[in-house]
Amino acid sequence: MSVTYLEAIRAAQEKALHDDPKVFIYGQDVGRFGGAFKATKNLAEKFPGRVMDSPISEDAMVGMAVGAAMDGMRPVVEMQFADFSTVGLNQVLNHAATTYWRTGRPCPMVLRLPSGGTPGSGPFHSQSMETIYSHYPGLVVMTPATVEDAYSMLLEAIGMEDPVVFCEHKLLYYHLKAESLPTEAVPAFRARVARAGRDVTCVAYSAMLHEAMAAAEELAAEGYEAEVVDLRTVKPLDTDTILASVARTGRLLAVGEAWPWGGASAEVVARVASEGFELLDAPPKRLNAKDTPIPYHPNLWAAHRPTAVRIAAALREVLRY
Amino acid sequence: MATRTAGPKAMSAPHLKTDITENLGRAMLRARTVEDKLASLYRAGRIVGGVYLGKGQEGLSAAGGVSLKQGDVFAPLIRDMAGRLAFGEPLIDAVRTYLGSRMGPMKGRDGNIHRGDLSRGILPMISHLGAMLSATVGVLFAKRMRGEKGGVGLTCVGDGATSTGSFHEGLNLAAVEKLPLVTVVADNGYAYSTPNQRQYACTDLLERAKGYGIEGHGLDGTDPELCLEVVGRAVQRARDGAGPQLVVGRLLRLCGHGEHDDGRYVDEKLRSSSRGRDCLVVMEEKMKGRGRGRDWEKWKEEAQREVEEVVAEVSAEPVPDPFEESWRATVTEGATEALPEE
Repeated sequence: MSVTYLEAIRAAQEKALHDDPKVFIYGQDVGRFGGAFKATKNLAEKFPGRVMDSPISEDAMVGMAVGAAMDGMRPVVEMQFADFSTVGLNQVLNHAATTYWRTGRPCPMVLRLPSGGTPGSGPFHSQSMETIYSHYPGLVVMTPATVEDAYSMLLEAIGMEDPVVFCEHKLLYYHLKAESLPTEAVPAFRARVARAGRDVTCVAYSAMLHEAMAAAEELAAEGYEAEVVDLRTVKPLDTDTILASVARTGRLLAVGEAWPWGGASAEVVARVASEGFELLDAPPKRLNAKDTPIPYHPNLWAAHRPTAVRIAAALREVLRY
Repeated sequence: MATRTAGPKAMSAPHLKTDITENLGRAMLRARTVEDKLASLYRAGRIVGGVYLGKGQEGLSAAGGVSLKQGDVFAPLIRDMAGRLAFGEPLIDAVRTYLGSRMGPMKGRDGNIHRGDLSRGILPMISHLGAMLSATVGVLFAKRMRGEKGGVGLTCVGDGATSTGSFHEGLNLAAVEKLPLVTVVADNGYAYSTPNQRQYACTDLLERAKGYGIEGHGLDGTDPELCLEVVGRAVQRARDGAGPQLVVGRLLRLCGHGEHDDGRYVDEKLRSSSRGRDCLVVMEEKMKGRGRGRDWEKWKEEAQREVEEVVAEVSAEPVPDPFEESWRATVTEGATEALPEE
């Protein structure tokens, strides 16, 4: 008996619908069809009237969720692809995110974003959007990398009083498996040391965690022990766990699948450089996707994003300094 | 179905009850009086930021507020002081928000027309036009999911907002869900300085109703009692389950976009046409014609007294203190990041 990352997301939604009558799911094709990735399969049948198809109107989908959330409901909005959330960006950034600050009234909603690249998905079905959402105050941005986190963090997100952007990685949907659903979770907003090591810290999140873990294994064969930190949530960023790791290793590589200008990996480097400068034995380094739209062909795609091989090479550079 | 109501017969509206007329007239007078005051405070440098008036639109706006009941939801836009007051927003909320009082609903974190309190049924608008349609739909959605019946939502936009994607998406969504959303378009001739001809190419925005599969009502927005009749009918249709309603009132903005703008670009021919009538004068003449001129004067005096008292009260209130501000954008502890030096 095993459970996939996608099944964990479905199970979390099912539990939330079961436990709280205020929860409902809204999105394109999420009803009887069960969603483009089947993240809501069978939920419309199990919870009549609470898992509903929307028109292709990302702005109105999010706006509707804002109104419903302000009126006491807990909407979960599925964007068909993270990339399409740009069409609803205004309602997320200017409406959902500002509501509590402006009015004192919570806006508890979750925006589920099927994120990240998969082979053949191309420029408009592959994006990682966490950079944009993290920049704006008022939002929590979660980027789970494991089956356990996909489940427990989605439940946490739905229970939160703030709008949460939940970036779930499409590459992990079907292949990433765990023995069972978790019964306990890492505390909210805390990063996790996914692999202990003494020589270099590699900070990653979402699908990049698995590339980083593979790179760490590669380095282990060469006699270096990399410590891998899984951010789990990029906004707020758990600076303490990162600094504590860098204090042990003295070296840092921050990896992100997002584009190189700004973003979570840049924030990690900036914070370590300004708050942990004395801890460093080498310049902190970043590794991101190339600064072009995400390519369609698998050959190009594999070279566009950070992979275990590129991460291992970057770690060696940091270690060699 | 879209109908444009006009002509002397409809304009007389003899069946309207006196108390509703009073609610309408008083809301219009209170709105004009407080906005005149806000404009003078702006010129005196007492208001930081912009001042946006509803001059010429009080009748249409108030008609919306008067037609709603407790339990309904109202999403006003920038020229809806009259509708807000008619729906029950305390006048002091407006003055506090403009003057940035710490005791106001926005506590100085947001200003002027960006105010609201959903516990009173008023959604606080954001500046992005058309965005409030789907939010109002969301409140109606929530009510329907909870099995609460009979409530309607009313949202106001101008001709400019009808060009946005948000307007289209929100109205279409309401139509698909057959929700009781009333959208009142104040087609006031100009979106900031842009005239109708540069905003839309249809003959009348009312034509849009057919495209969405919803009922439409067009009217001369300068006649307050006609507004009351038509908006009231639209609200009742929505309440009775007839789905979304589009109301298009034709009128003219009798001021600049904001008080920083003198609106000199407004076509003189429009100003002198019937579209450029001042709804407050129309209402006053009707009242006087019915021998109720003294009532009108009394309401006016009461509005002036109220406004002076409220402004005096708010002027003595504390302003926001950055050292007492929580600087927290989130409910959840730790979700708002502190700067390293904090």
